[in-house]
Amino acid sequence: MFPAQFTYHRAGSVAEAVQLLSNNEGAKILAGGHSLLPLMKLRLAAPAVLVDIGRIEALKGISASGGGITIGALTTHAEIASSDLVRQHAPVLAEAAALVGDPAVRNRGTIGGSVSHADPASDQPTVLTALGATFNVTGPGGDRGIAAADFATGLLENALNDNEVLTSISVPSVPSGAGSAYVKFSHPASRYAVVGAAAILAVSGGTCSSASVAVGGIETTPARASSVEAALAGSDLSEAALDAAAAAVGGDLNGDPMGDVFASAEYRRAMASVYVRRALGAAASRAG
Amino acid sequence: MTTRIFGSGIRRREDPRLITGRASYTDDIKLPGTLHAAILRSPYAHANIKSVDASGAASQPGVVAVYTGADTDGVLNPLPCAWLIPGSDLKTPAHPPVAKDKVRYVGDAVAVVVAESRYQAEDALEQIAVDYEPLDVVINPKAAAQDGAPQIHDDVPNNIAFTWAVAGGDADAAFADAAVTVSDTITLQRLIANPMEPRSALAQWNAPMGELTLWSTSQNPHIARFLTCVVTGVPEHKIRVIAPEVGGGFGSKIPYYADEAITAFCSMKLGVPVKWTETRSENYLITTQGRDHIEEVEMAATSDGVITGLRTTVYAGLGGYLSTASPGIPTILHGLMYSGPYNIPNISGTVYGVFNNGCPVDAYRGAGRPEATTLLERLVDLVAAAVGQDPAEVRRKNLIPKFENGHDVATGITYDSGDYESALDSCLSAAGYEALRAEQAQARAEGRCVGIGVSSYVEICGLGPSQVAGAVGFQGGLWESAIIRFYPTGKVNVMVGSSPHGQGEETTFAQIVAGEVGVDVDDVEVLHGDTDNTPMGWGTYGSRTTAVSGAAIAVAARKIKEKSRALAAHLLEAAPEDIEYEDGRFFVRGSPDQHKTIQDIALMANVAWNMPEGMEPGLEASAFYDPPNFTYPFGAHVAVVEVDPETGHIDLQRYVAVDDCGVQINPMIVEGQVHGGVVQGVGPALWEGAVYDDDGQLVTGSMLDYALPRADLLPEIEVHSNTTPSPHHPLGVKGIGEAGTIASTPTVYNAVMDALRPLGVTRVDMPLTPEKVWRAINDARNGG
Repeated sequence: MFPAQFTYHRAGSVAEAVQLLSNNEGAKILAGGHSLLPLMKLRLAAPAVLVDIGRIEALKGISASGGGITIGALTTHAEIASSDLVRQHAPVLAEAAALVGDPAVRNRGTIGGSVSHADPASDQPTVLTALGATFNVTGPGGDRGIAAADFATGLLENALNDNEVLTSISVPSVPSGAGSAYVKFSHPASRYAVVGAAAILAVSGGTCSSASVAVGGIETTPARASSVEAALAGSDLSEAALDAAAAAVGGDLNGDPMGDVFASAEYRRAMASVYVRRALGAAASRAG
Repeated sequence: MTTRIFGSGIRRREDPRLITGRASYTDDIKLPGTLHAAILRSPYAHANIKSVDASGAASQPGVVAVYTGADTDGVLNPLPCAWLIPGSDLKTPAHPPVAKDKVRYVGDAVAVVVAESRYQAEDALEQIAVDYEPLDVVINPKAAAQDGAPQIHDDVPNNIAFTWAVAGGDADAAFADAAVTVSDTITLQRLIANPMEPRSALAQWNAPMGELTLWSTSQNPHIARFLTCVVTGVPEHKIRVIAPEVGGGFGSKIPYYADEAITAFCSMKLGVPVKWTETRSENYLITTQGRDHIEEVEMAATSDGVITGLRTTVYAGLGGYLSTASPGIPTILHGLMYSGPYNIPNISGTVYGVFNNGCPVDAYRGAGRPEATTLLERLVDLVAAAVGQDPAEVRRKNLIPKFENGHDVATGITYDSGDYESALDSCLSAAGYEALRAEQAQARAEGRCVGIGVSSYVEICGLGPSQVAGAVGFQGGLWESAIIRFYPTGKVNVMVGSSPHGQGEETTFAQIVAGEVGVDVDDVEVLHGDTDNTPMGWGTYGSRTTAVSGAAIAVAARKIKEKSRALAAHLLEAAPEDIEYEDGRFFVRGSPDQHKTIQDIALMANVAWNMPEGMEPGLEASAFYDPPNFTYPFGAHVAVVEVDPETGHIDLQRYVAVDDCGVQINPMIVEGQVHGGVVQGVGPALWEGAVYDDDGQLVTGSMLDYALPRADLLPEIEVHSNTTPSPHHPLGVKGIGEAGTIASTPTVYNAVMDALRPLGVTRVDMPLTPEKVWRAINDARNGG
């Protein structure tokens, strides 16, 4: 496992990272290294320049901000899994973080690296899509925000310009009394999600006042399950209502489902409703 | 108290250095001036090589040399196959270390770059231009044997390297008369061995002396020396092979590979040390895989479930070339075990060894016996279902009754000792079998898919009598030797020709010596792995190291004891027959105060101031041990699973193992071997499989896709044992390295099929991945 030759720069600040990216065409950002380095070792990627942002302190940590939390791009999955702030404001994100990979990956891999890699089988992009998070990026022209649902633009492709750095993710608090859950069909080897389903259900007066549902692992980007959400809105969240809502997920999967030697496209589609149903059941049981 | 060290579960003495990262593996060895090799590998599974242009690589930074098949041709001999099974029309097409005219699997070596660093060598590989003419590819071993299949070797029609048959009784008559017959087609998919340490070779050619030293990740350094001599032409006594720490092998480090020969070739050409270490990606492509069987099998029985006959037709994939031992695996170690622990009077089996465009196949933990046990245990379950009886009871009525010294089976071999029904009873009792069946009935009433799998097994190990080795075409002996050397201070070196690589024999061998002559186990150091300071031996595989090498140590230790007794008698001025021994002390009968310890004897023998007339100085003994028979460990296992019919997921909930490996030297190590073995057999039942696509590309090329067993997917493994000593072994031991792997694949498979039976599912190919199970359930529901 020997990568091709590359030039390494360590950025001391976001501004320096942006500058390095601007000055080096084809440069790639290195954070935790858990997605990029394996590709380089397999020589599936051979960037001429790496810009290591791993020691930029400003990109680390979790803080409360108006109506939610802000998570630095370099925050590790392990930190998210064990964060009281995350558990308080967006417990489903902590639940999913604890299911990423294995302890070594969780201790080293970062949420910013995970979402930027835009692997549809990753857990957090699906959860952040359901949460309606915003990805904060900095480029030469300043800062901008990108909605989670718009961030991944295709298989391993994202909405960042070549000279932009993802700095943090803003996550709105789930509604008071909402129940949430992330349920995952782990690949037995990689632990990536063959299917991952996130659900956030708010209840008011015995009926569902808001529902937010997303599924990942099936198509090239995580999908917001708006048909499922529509079926849930105003329902009584009975078993029958959850069954009917989960069955509607097929209407949200209009793209091109992925398949491989382990799980075919047909099987993944069938599992989408099963895992959405299980996520809905878990979220409903936690609501109220 | 020292003698009681034999049989106690003391901690492994090798573990501190292993688990603290202070062991030295081949790749850790740094010699001054070492150059690094990278090997260009065919991206095609089957292609003619029209041309190789390596000129672009030679000028790359740091590159010292580039060699192709044109350079090695005529210098390196073809890699030999060392198991030439007789009576099978075996064909042995040449296996050049570097392909020159044709490549036969993805990973076949085409060229090598030697550079100052491995990075430079890898970069330069990209500058070698090879013009390939792709040919049709065949992977499935049955398809490869059909007329019209792509022919991989010119002189091997239908790719059939051998046709081997085993027969006993009259199987056709048994089937003609049978009240019940059952049949199945079983696929035992290719498996990747996945040792923690990939393979590595470091070659150092000493030109003035004409000596070659090869550090190698080998399970059998003496065989590696022998084959290095055959391939390189360096005389055997001028070759030193050192297997330093070896991080697991599971059979994949038995063979002699092209890479070792290429590394030696480079060092001999350049006169400096050359190192090659496999990447994990290379390991998946080129290091021998296991299994690759398609088995068409049927069993005949009476209406009461008494087995009367077995017939098999097996297509065993061999890969693109014959590996070192590959012909012996699906024949001698497979077909001869077709009776299993059962009375099966009529057996007929045919095994086709078939070339296909995959990585060469060779021994992998269990080697032939999991493939035999799986088909037997599957068929016994089908018989039980056909006659409407409990599968445990059908096993019981067919088990060979207890025997203590020899039992002949229809395949022509003689088991050493067995008490199969006791093992089955112990396992059913430990599992609470009756209660499990009651719980299963309750679960089924609730609509849950709970299954219970039972298996009985016997395996052949402790390889083996050298006379038999010769008779079955193994191109070597199967004895072992040991030297025990006492130093003046009473400390001991034990030198063995076998080559442990994780199994704990540095501990168990010391326990044998401690048990025989009463030294402290910490006073014994076991040396292995270096052909220059160990006596000849044939290596560590086939659960033979404790059984054969351990026996050699016991015999040598008993020689030490007898010499010590004679010297003690002389020093104590008593007759030898009046000297008694206990716990490392030799004393005059009736006068325990008049004694010499083994340490006293070691000192006096080494200084030799006062030796009896005619006694040689020193306290050292050697023994060559050639076993009179194989050993036949056995047991019974039970697994409990629950299947989620909505997704096809399988939850392995309980696993109970009862193994009888004869006398145990260290029960903790036995338990560890059972744990690892069981897990390595559960893997292929549920998760593992090397998958090639139709073009011969390995789809499961990394650990992201190849699903190794994970701790979080396994229950606690409940390990129990019985003890039936081997009648022919000096210590009564049999071997335990492979038992778990042999038993657990069919046990788990049968449990899953038991769970699915009420749904109408009759067969699913391994590995039982969720999608396959889900499809089988849906097909059965739809009347498929």
